[in-house]
Amino acid sequence: MNMEVLAGLSRPIIMGVLLGGLYALIALGLSMVFGVMKLINVAHGDLMIFSAYFAYALMTAWGIDPILSLTMGIPLWFGLGFAIQKYVMSRAFGISMEAPLIIAFGISLILQSLAQIIWSPYSRGLTAPYALGGISLGITTVPRTYLLSFIAALVVMLVLREFLRRSYLGKAIVAASQDKRGAELVGINTGRVYAFAFAIAMATTAIAGVFFGLTFPFTPTSGVGFLVIAFGVIIIGGLGSMLGTFIGGIVLGLTQTLSGHFLGAAWQMLFVYLIVFVVLAVRPQGIFGR
Amino acid sequence: MEKDSQETFSDALLRISNVDAFYGTFQALWDVSLVVKPGEIVALIGSNASGKSTLINTISGVIHPARGTIEFDGRDISTLDPFQIVTLGISQVPEGRRIFPEMTVSDNLILGSYNRQARPNRDQNLKRVYEHFPILEERKNQLAKTLSGGEQQMLAIGRGLMSDPKLMLFDEISLGLAPKVTEELYKAVREIRAKGITILLVEQNVRRSLKEADRAYIIKAGHIVLSKNAAECQEEEIRQAYFGVCS
Repeated sequence: MNMEVLAGLSRPIIMGVLLGGLYALIALGLSMVFGVMKLINVAHGDLMIFSAYFAYALMTAWGIDPILSLTMGIPLWFGLGFAIQKYVMSRAFGISMEAPLIIAFGISLILQSLAQIIWSPYSRGLTAPYALGGISLGITTVPRTYLLSFIAALVVMLVLREFLRRSYLGKAIVAASQDKRGAELVGINTGRVYAFAFAIAMATTAIAGVFFGLTFPFTPTSGVGFLVIAFGVIIIGGLGSMLGTFIGGIVLGLTQTLSGHFLGAAWQMLFVYLIVFVVLAVRPQGIFGR
Repeated sequence: MEKDSQETFSDALLRISNVDAFYGTFQALWDVSLVVKPGEIVALIGSNASGKSTLINTISGVIHPARGTIEFDGRDISTLDPFQIVTLGISQVPEGRRIFPEMTVSDNLILGSYNRQARPNRDQNLKRVYEHFPILEERKNQLAKTLSGGEQQMLAIGRGLMSDPKLMLFDEISLGLAPKVTEELYKAVREIRAKGITILLVEQNVRRSLKEADRAYIIKAGHIVLSKNAAECQEEEIRQAYFGVCS
C-alpha cells in the first residue's frame, strides 16, 4: 500500500471514529435501559430528537445556546425518565413482558406527533457560533460538531462508567441488572433503582439530542433511524457495558465511513447492517458483552 | 398431627400465624404457623417442593401471604417488601446463592449493607465477615463468578451478615457442596449464632438439620406436620412425616 492510499484513508478513519462517538452517545442511554431493565425502549430515538427540539425551542425563543440549554434539558429529561419508569413502566412490567414494549411504542408515536404539531414536519437544526466550520486535526480537517460530539460521548461514557463502578447507587443498579431477586434480598429497592437507571439514561439522551441536533438536521421522525443505529451499536458493543457501547459506536462509525470511502455512499448502510449481522452470528453477546 | 406447647411462647422473635401463600394459582402454604425465639437455631425440614423455600420467601416479603400474619419483633411485616424487611433485620441467604456474578467479592459484600440501618456499620461488619471467612478477604478483588461453589456460598452468607441482621434465613446452604465444605459452612453458622443472631434454616439433609438445630419443624405439601425439640426427634417420626404415613 503506498503513502497516497494511506493518506487518503486517514480522513475516513478520523471521521468514522468521531461519528462513532456520536453514535455511542446516542446508544448509551438505550444500552443502560436495556442492560438494567431488559426493556427495549423503542421510544429512545424520539426522546433523543425531542431533546433536540427542546433546545431548538429555547434557541429560537430566547437565543439560548444549545449546550447551555442542557442545564435545563438534563434535569427535565432526568425527571421525565424517573416518572416514565416509576409511574408507567413499572406497572406495565407487572402486566406482561410485552406491555412495556407497547407502551414505549406509544410514547414514540406521541412524541413524533407532538413534534409535527409544534414544529412542523420540516427539517430543523441547532447552531452555535463555536460549532460552525471545521477544525484542523493535523492530517485532515473535520467539522467542529463531530469533534464536540466525540468529546461529549467520551465524557458521558466515562462519567457513567465511574458512576456505575464506584457509587453506591451505581453498584445497586449493576447488582439489580445481574440478579434482581438477589438485589431485593440485600435490601435494594429495585423499583427505585430502576427509576434512577431510567432517569440517568434519559439524562444522557438529552445530551445526545443536543449534540445530534448540532451535527445533523432533524425532523420529527429522525429518531426512528437513529434508534436502529443505536441498536446496532449495542449489539456490537455488548449489552449494558458503557465502554463496550463506546467501542461499538466507533466500530459502527468506522464501518460506515470506510465502506463509503471504498465503495461509495450508497453501500455504507448495507455494510453497517452486515457487520451487525456478523457480530450477532459470531459473538451474539457483543464484543464486550458477558 | 403433633404439636408441642412452644407455639404459645410470648418472647417470639418471629411469629408466623395461620399463613396461606400462593404461587400464582397454586397454593403452596396451608395454615402454616411457626415460632422462632431469640437466639435459637430452628430447622425447617421437608422434601422437595414441600413449601420450605416458599415459607422463607414469604418471610422475606418476596411473596405476600394471602391469609394469616407474620410478626417480627412484635411488628406485623406481612405486607412489607423485601428491602423493607431487610432493613428491619431479617436477612435471607437464598437457595442458589444469588450473588452478583460480574461484581467483585468486596462489592458483593458492600452491597449487603445497602440499607440505611446497616450502612454506618459497614466497615465493622466487613471485618467481621472476613473473620468468619478469611478466604473472602484473600479473594476480595476477584469477580464473584470465579469463586468455587463453597466460596460462593460463603460470600452469600457473608453478604447476608452485612445487613446487620437479627434473624438469618438460610435456604439450602449445603446443596451440591462437598461434606468438608459443608462442615466449614456450618461451623460459620454456629459462630454466627454465638454472636447472638437467630437462625431459621432450611436443609435437605435431615441429619445435619437436627444436629445443628435446637428445634425443628417438618413441612409436608405446604402443611406443618410436626414440631419438636431437635434432640427428641425420632428418625421414625420424621420418616413418617416425610413419606406420608402420618402418625
